[in-house]
Amino acid sequence: MIPDHLTILIVIIPLLGAYTTLLAGWVKRRFCFPIAMVTICIQFCISLALLYQVMKTGPLHYNLGNWLPPWGIEYVIDPLNGFVLVVLLFLSLLCCMYSKRSIVAEIEEKKIVGFYTVFLLLVAGVCGIAVTGDLFNLYVFLEISSLAAYALVASGREKKALFASFNYLIMGSVSACFILIGIGHLYIATGTLNMADLARLLPPLYGSPLIQSAFIFFIVGLSIKTALFPLHLWLPDAYSYAPSAVSALIATVMSKMGVYALIRILFTVFTPAFIIMEIPIMELFCWIAAIAIIVGSVLAITQTDLKMMLAYSSISQMGYILLGIGIANSVAMTGGILHILNHAVMKGCLFMVAGAIIYATGLRTIDDLKGISRTMPLTAAAFFIAAASMIGIPPTVGFMSKWFIALGALESGQWFFVVIILASSLLTAIYFWRVFEYMYFREPDMARQAAVAGANDPPASMLVPILILAAACILCGIFVAVPLEVIEPSVTRLLGGN
Amino acid sequence: MIETFFQSLFLRYNYYMAVIIMLIGLYAMIAKSNLIKKIIGLNIFQTAIFLFYISSSEVTGGTAPILMSDPGTVYVNPLPHVLILTAIVVAVSTTAVALALIIRIYETYGTIEEDELLVQEEKT
Repeated sequence: MIPDHLTILIVIIPLLGAYTTLLAGWVKRRFCFPIAMVTICIQFCISLALLYQVMKTGPLHYNLGNWLPPWGIEYVIDPLNGFVLVVLLFLSLLCCMYSKRSIVAEIEEKKIVGFYTVFLLLVAGVCGIAVTGDLFNLYVFLEISSLAAYALVASGREKKALFASFNYLIMGSVSACFILIGIGHLYIATGTLNMADLARLLPPLYGSPLIQSAFIFFIVGLSIKTALFPLHLWLPDAYSYAPSAVSALIATVMSKMGVYALIRILFTVFTPAFIIMEIPIMELFCWIAAIAIIVGSVLAITQTDLKMMLAYSSISQMGYILLGIGIANSVAMTGGILHILNHAVMKGCLFMVAGAIIYATGLRTIDDLKGISRTMPLTAAAFFIAAASMIGIPPTVGFMSKWFIALGALESGQWFFVVIILASSLLTAIYFWRVFEYMYFREPDMARQAAVAGANDPPASMLVPILILAAACILCGIFVAVPLEVIEPSVTRLLGGN
Repeated sequence: MIETFFQSLFLRYNYYMAVIIMLIGLYAMIAKSNLIKKIIGLNIFQTAIFLFYISSSEVTGGTAPILMSDPGTVYVNPLPHVLILTAIVVAVSTTAVALALIIRIYETYGTIEEDELLVQEEKT
């Protein structure tokens, strides 16, 4: 009985968890954290079970309220969203664990109840985006998770976070409106909102301006959500002024969700036949992604604030994922989807380290980190591993995805993008090397000596997630065959095979 | 040519208006420096989309979509209305979050004019 309903439970459990947290918070604030933790733990187990079942028996379909698909809402799980769900819930679990101690310093005590409630709503939203097979449902979940993200960004004591969150809200709402217009166009053209049904009904209409304008609205809307250059302006402030647990959460979970939605719309709703043959949009995508990769890296080099540097580096890394998708052959797509996992693991680890340093010393500019490796050895080591993975040094996981994307570019004869990937690895090395040098080989400044000398590795609840992610950077690189087992069938499905 | 333009203007009056209202909202969001006015712009923008959806559900001579005993009854498409009810809820919650943020911005900075806020942020 229950196993049939796992697909819907993955959305219902965090919603229930959110209300339970709110109610329990009235009784005692201490109850909130364990409830949130247990909720996400259960979801993570469910997502593993779902992925296992999908790999064994093929895609799962679930009809909400037993209404048959094109009329009712359908939830579908195939290898791609099974994989995305596992990655997202793994990261949410670690961010939740990390938040226990880190938010104590960053959020007023009375707001902790609200924090965990909204945290779970965000998780519910992103899980909903992952499982739904209905376009309008996707819009609603996108808005649930975005609204939760705006609130979380502004939840800290940092003054600048308020205005950053407001800008994020304006940009996010405009992008959601564009997506809504796109959905309206498709509904008017076909009379259905179900993704599989749309993919079936759209091909005869590919020439119509209605479909083409719908496509443009979707692309622009989702590009804002994924912060694709030049629509990234909301991202740096929102990521760097949010509380550190929230930075880690939205930089990994929210941004990956945007990419997932983009892949779904491009390949499942509009099918490769449309995006590759009908309008040569993928070429354009590759170029924009290439510009994003280079500009993001260059802007990251110019930053003095560690979290701000990581935020700009995110723009560049999202470029990699989109480049992999834009080249659109199976090797490069594998690299792009693998990079969803990689970037989540690496950037989660780096943002957590930045948060841990702020927690221990209160310092956030790169110049202030001189000599920090002596007093925070484990944190610095985790940073080193994750950054090495960012640069793409084998055997870390970052190397694997860059390798696949480069191979895919070679396969389709696009030499220029291989040059871009190599050049940006160099730029990434420049901005991370500066941080290594300060952390390992410099003496602290006189003014900062007391703060650096008095620092310690953060408490276990913050250190454990950091170390797990750092270990994942290496383990996923060595055992890359494990994620590839899931990614390869999903790429075949996206490109139109069985 | 001109005749067809006027014909389509009258036939598709709602859609033209939806586009115009949408652009007014977009203009307010970009050009106004007062944060409340930006939110009003956002609301105008969203309203235009609602108008667009609801216009699309119209069926000539259709009545309210209630199940009648006469099977030949023509009624308007109810689905866009339902979708827009949800979208209105989303719009209301967005506005609520935005206004809550503006209150906190006012408490912290003492102003809700964007240019003054940027000046104050530069200082810190």
